[in-house]
Amino acid sequence: MFFRENGQFKSTYRADMQLLPIVQDRYFMVALVVLAFVALPFVATDYLFLSIINPFLILTLAAIGLNLLVGYCGQISIGHAAFMAWGAYAAYNLVQRVPMLNFLVVLVLAGLIAALVGMFFGIPSLRIKGLYLAVATLAAQFFTDWIFARVKWFTNYAHSGSVSPAPVDLFGWTIGTPREKYVFLLGILIVGTLIAKNLTRGHLGRAWMATRDMDVAAEVIGIRPVYAKLTAFGVSSFYCGVAGALWGFLHLGSWEPLAFDLNLSFSLLFMIIIGGMGSILGSYLGAAFIVALPIALNQIPEKMGVPLSTAMASNVEFMIFGSLIVLFLVLEPHGLARLWAIGKEKLRLWPFPH
Amino acid sequence: MASIPVQAEPVTAAPRATAPAPGRLGTVILSVEHISLFFGGVKALSDVSFDVREHEVLAIIGPNGAGKSSMLNVINGVYQPQQGRIRFRDEAFAVMHPHRAATMGIARTFQSLALFKGMTVLDNIMTGRNLKMHAGILAQALRIGPAEREEIRHREAVERIIDFLEIQAYRKTPVGRLAYGLQKRVDLGRALASEPTVLLLDEPMAGMNVEEKQDMCRFVLDLNEQYGTTIVLIEHDMGVVMDISDRIVVLDYGRKIGDGSPDEVRRNQAVIDAYLGTAH
Amino acid sequence: MPRYLPVVALGVLLAAGLIAPLATGAAVPGFWVEVLLGGLMAGVLYSLVALGFVLIFKASGVFNFAQGAMVLFAALAVARLAEKMPVWVAMIAAVAIMVALAFVVERLVLRPLVNQEAVALLMATLGITFFLNGFGQAVWGSDIYEINLGIPREPVMVLDKLFEGGVLVNRDDIAAAIAAVLLVGALGVFFRRTATGRALRAVADDHQAAQSIGIPLNRIWVIVWSVAGIVAIVGGVVWGGKLGVQFSISQVALKALPVVILGGFESVPGAIVGGLIIGVGEKMAEVFLAPPLIKEFDLAGGGVENWFAYVLALLFLLVRPEGLFGERRIDRV
Repeated sequence: MFFRENGQFKSTYRADMQLLPIVQDRYFMVALVVLAFVALPFVATDYLFLSIINPFLILTLAAIGLNLLVGYCGQISIGHAAFMAWGAYAAYNLVQRVPMLNFLVVLVLAGLIAALVGMFFGIPSLRIKGLYLAVATLAAQFFTDWIFARVKWFTNYAHSGSVSPAPVDLFGWTIGTPREKYVFLLGILIVGTLIAKNLTRGHLGRAWMATRDMDVAAEVIGIRPVYAKLTAFGVSSFYCGVAGALWGFLHLGSWEPLAFDLNLSFSLLFMIIIGGMGSILGSYLGAAFIVALPIALNQIPEKMGVPLSTAMASNVEFMIFGSLIVLFLVLEPHGLARLWAIGKEKLRLWPFPH
Repeated sequence: MASIPVQAEPVTAAPRATAPAPGRLGTVILSVEHISLFFGGVKALSDVSFDVREHEVLAIIGPNGAGKSSMLNVINGVYQPQQGRIRFRDEAFAVMHPHRAATMGIARTFQSLALFKGMTVLDNIMTGRNLKMHAGILAQALRIGPAEREEIRHREAVERIIDFLEIQAYRKTPVGRLAYGLQKRVDLGRALASEPTVLLLDEPMAGMNVEEKQDMCRFVLDLNEQYGTTIVLIEHDMGVVMDISDRIVVLDYGRKIGDGSPDEVRRNQAVIDAYLGTAH
Repeated sequence: MPRYLPVVALGVLLAAGLIAPLATGAAVPGFWVEVLLGGLMAGVLYSLVALGFVLIFKASGVFNFAQGAMVLFAALAVARLAEKMPVWVAMIAAVAIMVALAFVVERLVLRPLVNQEAVALLMATLGITFFLNGFGQAVWGSDIYEINLGIPREPVMVLDKLFEGGVLVNRDDIAAAIAAVLLVGALGVFFRRTATGRALRAVADDHQAAQSIGIPLNRIWVIVWSVAGIVAIVGGVVWGGKLGVQFSISQVALKALPVVILGGFESVPGAIVGGLIIGVGEKMAEVFLAPPLIKEFDLAGGGVENWFAYVLALLFLLVRPEGLFGERRIDRV
């Protein structure tokens, strides 16, 4: 960020269209990834991994998924945790019923199943938009809640209604400790981020953004709304499905349908609002914020000598959440990502004001 | 009207400077037949029919609210007329959909711009190429060979359009930040990106000063003369209309009240009464 | 295909579902009427919440996700205040509180966001929901509270001449229905006969035009949210009196969303009709549809009413997005 782009001119379109056109950015990114893989496992504690870093990684993946649909394609969905549920239960059933499958294959298949469900529930978006669509997506949420609670086949006829899959085994490597989970999740997230970046750079991403900005004009230039919207629902649900499977297998360990309820959907939505809609970086920032906030709310009052009862803490959490949503919408509707971009712009010119 | 049947040069991916053939107007390429359009109780268009010949510049003029934009919307398929048909080349359509119009080579600009505010100039014009880009989702996701090469190929085509419209300096600017005149050029560029056979322009010179209008006229005439694009434009500036059109259609309260060459329309009494007025 | 055909088809389907338990003999007529009445009563409760939605949407184009939270907040206020003063005084105090809330919301949320798109405002009301839920419970507490309106608890037996065994109806349900009718009547008079009501309708049609003839938007919004707050009080008292004032009211009020979809976002009669349809549909589905489903698919329990309203709304959205009483919007290009 403290560097200038002087002298970096591109002479081919390929060079101009790269993900990271500035050389220093490339070095920075590589260094960051290396640090993340190599240094962090030695520095952070198990607790940090279990309660902050690992959930952050998984929720970022889900937030990227939701952002593709809401931020890039402009289709609102307030029941998106339902697709995480579909991914989790699909993965569980695959692991139970087809045990010889490699876990990576299971993840992809779970994602595909979630994608199909997502496209199905995305069909209303072809006729309705905005607030009406929001209510329709609630149908997905409540129906999913119901189906996994009632249809016993999904939970393998477990008496308690909750499922507990065995620890994940990948090519003989049992992913058990927090650090091992971290490395695996980080790898998946990086792959997911790259794919999302590629999609948004290509003509599919442009079709999404065109549909978001001016759907009538988009149709006039030949972008089929059906294609744009359903692919958005599909890809987005794929991401959430994979994230859901990871959430269930590698974070929760065992879960019941309420683990993917409306509150999780709202959390995802808040992540992308606060982080920034239409921005991959925003998904990261938003997820970090939402994961860190409850922890901060738990720790800070104690450190300040004003302990809160759990009930009061949760009330205060609600109040702060709500106020922050409104605050962000008023001050910076494009979220933390825009604040970050503004910061970078200022730093490019620093110490000059403009 | 007898017309010299000249075969049009096919418009290919690389726009060439084809010299216009003598008697450059071709056969009828687009015709609207008895179009009527209602919105609830409001009659936007009543039994409007006219032809558009290939390679010609046809202007649609008339007072505000005469139904000019609605006419373009009908041709494009944005509105479905209650009566009448659109005939393109040899096929007749009672119902046109925007996507079909786009695939057939009809493109348009909008009176209210309708640009994609969240994207840069380059991306806006690239969306115009969407119809021609076929890489699958997986190929795009992994950005492997065919997807990357297709992206580069279409980038080259779009850059040629950017050169033509002289907006190179703004290619990475978000369109929302551009001046109005430049936004109009981006709108035009987006329409051109699909290499249309017929280009519908909805008030392309609205809100422009004299210099900007001259630039736009130049673009329109270059398109028509060099690439043979058929142009249907709505315009209020009579000077421009009389100068560049081959034929003019006049609408008033949703009805056609004039149809002919600029001279004929200038002398048409009904048109003078409704719209042109007389010089005092 | 004529536009009304899918709606008619859907209507026929629903009607068939309604009559089916009677026709197949799966239910005694008396029981069927009882379920129907129960559904209508539940529908009235939904309508009360939906009315608040419609009011705010009509006058400001804002879809107030927080209506459920407002109902809970109002109910909590009345319940807790009523511990210290007579119920009716508590309700008047609650009105003052809701008006204050309207001021705060207008100043801090609506005014800064006035030019943003609908989605942003929807998200903002989502934020208000969270805030109100937390604030209400922080201030008033999170136990279950009672609202005692002095209505006797024992149900009343009606229609025992028509049906064998008669039909049981709860008195508080009757009170709720009466309250709803009175409220709708009052709102109707307000909108049509008073200058403020006319101003509200003007603002609903076109903000800028209304502003240009001197209607003070900000004041209108405060008024609208206050009226919605009063509606929330009525809804809260009725709900709370019936179920006890607890957090789940806020969630149940989410059900009012499908009501508004069925009825049309801007229609007061639509809110009523939609509420009744949803209420009846839900109850009928839970009582008559769930058992065969459970048997057929070996389900672990019912709970159909959790999603039935939404699926019904979804079907309606596909055949008639503007709702039964709403107006179609045409996009100008």
